[in-house]
Amino acid sequence: MSSQELVEIVFHGRGGQGSVTAANLFVTAALKDGNKGVQAFPFFGAERRGAPVRAFARISGDEIHLRSEIYTPDIVIVLDESIMGIVDVLKGLRKDGTILINTTKKPEDFDFSKKYNVATVDATGIALKHDILVGGIPVVNTPILGAVPKILNRVTLKSIQTVIKNKWKGEGGEINVKAAQDAYEEVEVNF
Amino acid sequence: MTIMIDTGNYIAAKAAVMARPAVVPAYPITPQTTLVEGIANYVKTGEFKGEYICVESEHSAMCACIGASAAGVRTFTGTSSHGLLLMHEMLHWAALARLPIVMCNINRTVGPGWNIWPDENDSISQRDTGWIQFYCSSNQEIFDTVIQAFKLAENEKVLLPVMINYNAFILSHTSMPVEIPKQKEIDDFLSKYKPRWKLDVDNPITFGNIILPADYEKIRKDMQNSSENAKKLIPEIAKEWKKIFGRYHGDLIEKYRCDGAEYILLAMGAIGAESKVAIDNLRKEGLKVGLARVRTFRPFPKEEILKLGKQADLIVIDRNISVGSEGALFSEVKAALYDKSDAKVYGFIAGLGGKDVPYTDIEKICKKSINGKAKDCEWYNLEGV
Repeated sequence: MSSQELVEIVFHGRGGQGSVTAANLFVTAALKDGNKGVQAFPFFGAERRGAPVRAFARISGDEIHLRSEIYTPDIVIVLDESIMGIVDVLKGLRKDGTILINTTKKPEDFDFSKKYNVATVDATGIALKHDILVGGIPVVNTPILGAVPKILNRVTLKSIQTVIKNKWKGEGGEINVKAAQDAYEEVEVNF
Repeated sequence: MTIMIDTGNYIAAKAAVMARPAVVPAYPITPQTTLVEGIANYVKTGEFKGEYICVESEHSAMCACIGASAAGVRTFTGTSSHGLLLMHEMLHWAALARLPIVMCNINRTVGPGWNIWPDENDSISQRDTGWIQFYCSSNQEIFDTVIQAFKLAENEKVLLPVMINYNAFILSHTSMPVEIPKQKEIDDFLSKYKPRWKLDVDNPITFGNIILPADYEKIRKDMQNSSENAKKLIPEIAKEWKKIFGRYHGDLIEKYRCDGAEYILLAMGAIGAESKVAIDNLRKEGLKVGLARVRTFRPFPKEEILKLGKQADLIVIDRNISVGSEGALFSEVKAALYDKSDAKVYGFIAGLGGKDVPYTDIEKICKKSINGKAKDCEWYNLEGV
């Protein structure tokens, strides 16, 4: 993917899992890496804890004039595998698009791996390993972001770790940085 | 200068606080809530040193703004939709009292049916209150316009309140990078507010007293003159801003690829940004289409629009409907051209109740007009009614 092109990403998760925070952290890192135009936004409307939610991100080499929803993403990121039975996460995904899933499965375990680029990482396992919990629930948004540089060369792990450290100071930030590192190293791809 | 990535509301809060208002009375309403939360947070961090007043309604918020502004201090607030409508009486009061209050209104659909998504009927229905109305299309424009608005409103040739409108969620809850100047630079640009008169116990004056018919008309005419002055000042302030900060979002309108255009699309708010993508695509296809994004609905840029009408046929998208008539921008554009231009004007209603208006739809609207297939005032993409 060239360094100027528009990249559109849809995050699928459940309310409370931090999909919107993931989108915000991602674009902040992308700006650091020289993508001049960035945009992050939630699904517009009411959200409930535990219900399927979406968040969106755009990055580009130039200022972004688009203000509409994302209908044909280049990348889909699934923070919670269990929503794949109720939400069509592949909807609109471009032919050459990539889907990154938080799962213990391998890319080949998904039927659509024949059609799309698939990346998998056990972000929940990584969160549990590092004891990153909020209200007893594993936080998967920071680990899964660590896997993104492996599927998109427009953002670096270093920038992702920097924005995580800037958001959560001290020890909390450090364990999230380690979780991102683990995800970067453990992500598996079929391409 | 630093770059802050944040939502339109938090950016507006940052701008408002950097303008150093002495008083911010506010009442929360979706989707404005994070704007006033943002300002409340600056109270906690100590960055906002003014008075933050939690009031019991939007009507009270505007009353408190009026009181504070009349006492001679810089005043800011924010609201949305039903909140703005509840303020209606006091909006007239603020303007007629010539108080330079600055307010952000996050354009949200009016209910019922209950709807928190963007359309512009809330602010369009406040058209005749005497407030200057800006419509923004990016978070950077929100920041820059909030600062510029104080300079405009407080100018002695203007002394009218300013409403800065931006679309619910599309801007209020979308994070974008914004260049933030240093506080010193803002202080230099925006000199301290010196009121021409104020409520003062040591020097009592009568304020808002009864006025007889012959003199009342003078007040209205003076407002009209001041609004005309604002038309000249808005470009001057924009030019000064560009010189200092290098950023420019247009004057009363922002023109985009209008050179040699045979058709010019007019739109406001976020649709005005999305339209740039449509224009680029249509130009690639060889269609001579340009964009005029209307930034100020009041004062209405009728001279600029007449110039456009002498150059090209016009296509108007309204995210509002004046029920019983047509889209408000469509009406006003036609009035600006009346008897002075032969341009055809096509009107479309789109995006009411927050329905998304992607660039693909904007391209279709333009093509339908160019192909002569558009009706007088068409409801775009509406089925079953």
